[in-house]
Amino acid sequence: MTLSVVVDPIRCDAFGYCAELLPERVRLDEWGYPVVDDMSVNGHLVDAAAAAARECPRRALLLVRTIERASPDEANKANEASEEGPR
Amino acid sequence: MTAVISTGRPMLLSARRMHGRADLAAHRTVHGPCPRADLFEGGRLVATVAAAGLLGRGGGGFPVWAKLDAARRHRCGTVVVNAMEGEPASGKDAVLLLSAPHLVLEGAQLVAAISRARRVVACVASNRDDMATSLSAAMGERRVHAPSEVPVELVRPPGRYIAGEESALVGWLARGRGAPVFRPDKAVPLMLGRAAVVVHNPETLAQVALVARVLAAHPEDDPAGVGADVAARLTALVTVSGAVTRPGVVEVPLGTSVSSIIELAGPGEPASAALVGGFGGVWLGRDQMDVPYRAEELRAVGAAPGAGVLVALPETACGLAESARIASWMASESAGQCGPCLYGLPAVARDLSLLASGRPDPRLMDRLTGRLDIIEGRGGCRHPDGVVRMVRTALSVFRADVDRHLRGRPCRYAGTRLLTCIP
Repeated sequence: MTLSVVVDPIRCDAFGYCAELLPERVRLDEWGYPVVDDMSVNGHLVDAAAAAARECPRRALLLVRTIERASPDEANKANEASEEGPR
Repeated sequence: MTAVISTGRPMLLSARRMHGRADLAAHRTVHGPCPRADLFEGGRLVATVAAAGLLGRGGGGFPVWAKLDAARRHRCGTVVVNAMEGEPASGKDAVLLLSAPHLVLEGAQLVAAISRARRVVACVASNRDDMATSLSAAMGERRVHAPSEVPVELVRPPGRYIAGEESALVGWLARGRGAPVFRPDKAVPLMLGRAAVVVHNPETLAQVALVARVLAAHPEDDPAGVGADVAARLTALVTVSGAVTRPGVVEVPLGTSVSSIIELAGPGEPASAALVGGFGGVWLGRDQMDVPYRAEELRAVGAAPGAGVLVALPETACGLAESARIASWMASESAGQCGPCLYGLPAVARDLSLLASGRPDPRLMDRLTGRLDIIEGRGGCRHPDGVVRMVRTALSVFRADVDRHLRGRPCRYAGTRLLTCIP
């Protein structure tokens, strides 16, 4: 599972809070809009990223969790195993 | 304009050659009746479209079979015919609606059958009454002669460039606001009401209608084989303009070279460069213009069919000046939602204009290329990316002019009448 920060460019209105709260990942272009070169967020950055997402007045910074999907076969096996489960 | 290369089967513009505009009777004479959708059980039509390698003709070039399959899985309630054709250098969708509207409508019905959609919505720009009249007449004929077809509604969104962007068009239908929507995951379908919606270009739909006829003529054959046969004879509509004596829309077999397609439109002077795809497309230099016009080969030179546009630039024109004009227009057509596009594109256009007019400052090139880098990928849709691509290829293809203009000596032709038709 990986966490990343994603900017919704349509919502964004260049308030700039994200660059203040997460400077390790967000810088501002000449017009004040966020640039994110490395979207990955882990370890000590997670809290700051969560704060940046929370504080954005336009809710334009998203903290996205990507879950590695099992193949349909693996998912079925996992389901069967969990159905048998502890009795 | 007529297509002079025949593939031996009725093609998209066959009706235009024979009848000008084909009403239902003329259409059926040329193409035969529309195959019934129930002939294509078990995904045979989708499989054939896949084997034919048909790509979307609206600009995105996405594999059509994948879109058909996704529409089926998402149980799309509506099929949208995107006949907005906001690309200024493109006229192929207009030609289709004006001369072969039944091919487009039949394609929409086939796609509706595949996804079990209950209605078709055709979108024609508010300033294109000619296209609307022709399509309406065809719709009227089908209501009488094909009453079991899914109902078709015609709507007239305002014809801004961005209004034809897929998510913007659906946004207009859903909310009356034609601006692109943020779509980080294209696998999630666009919604209209409570159901998913799928959007197709008119030429794509017309191609599907032709593929369906080939498949219907070979009911026992394997779709893979039929599709391969279709692939060998696939055509594309291309709008040729610029330094040609007969600008207009031609139909060519895929794989015809770019320079041959320009020849079809009667070259004025020999073309020294060509803009491929549209205003957000790619410039090719003279030495690249023998490239076959097909997605795969075009990709190898950094280009794509896009909206099926070719603008031929003669020696006696300044590619930088043309590109500056195009960039300015594209900047003015921004939906204005995203900073990098709203502010970045005018800045790029300004710098390109300064360069074209031979008034560069010492930091211009660094500033321009830096802005191209910083804008790319940061818009809510692909509009700014197209401009970045067009400008980058202009700087490369016209590098000799760049050097001359940087020395404060614009080329001889920088002030001449501009060729590209800016609305």
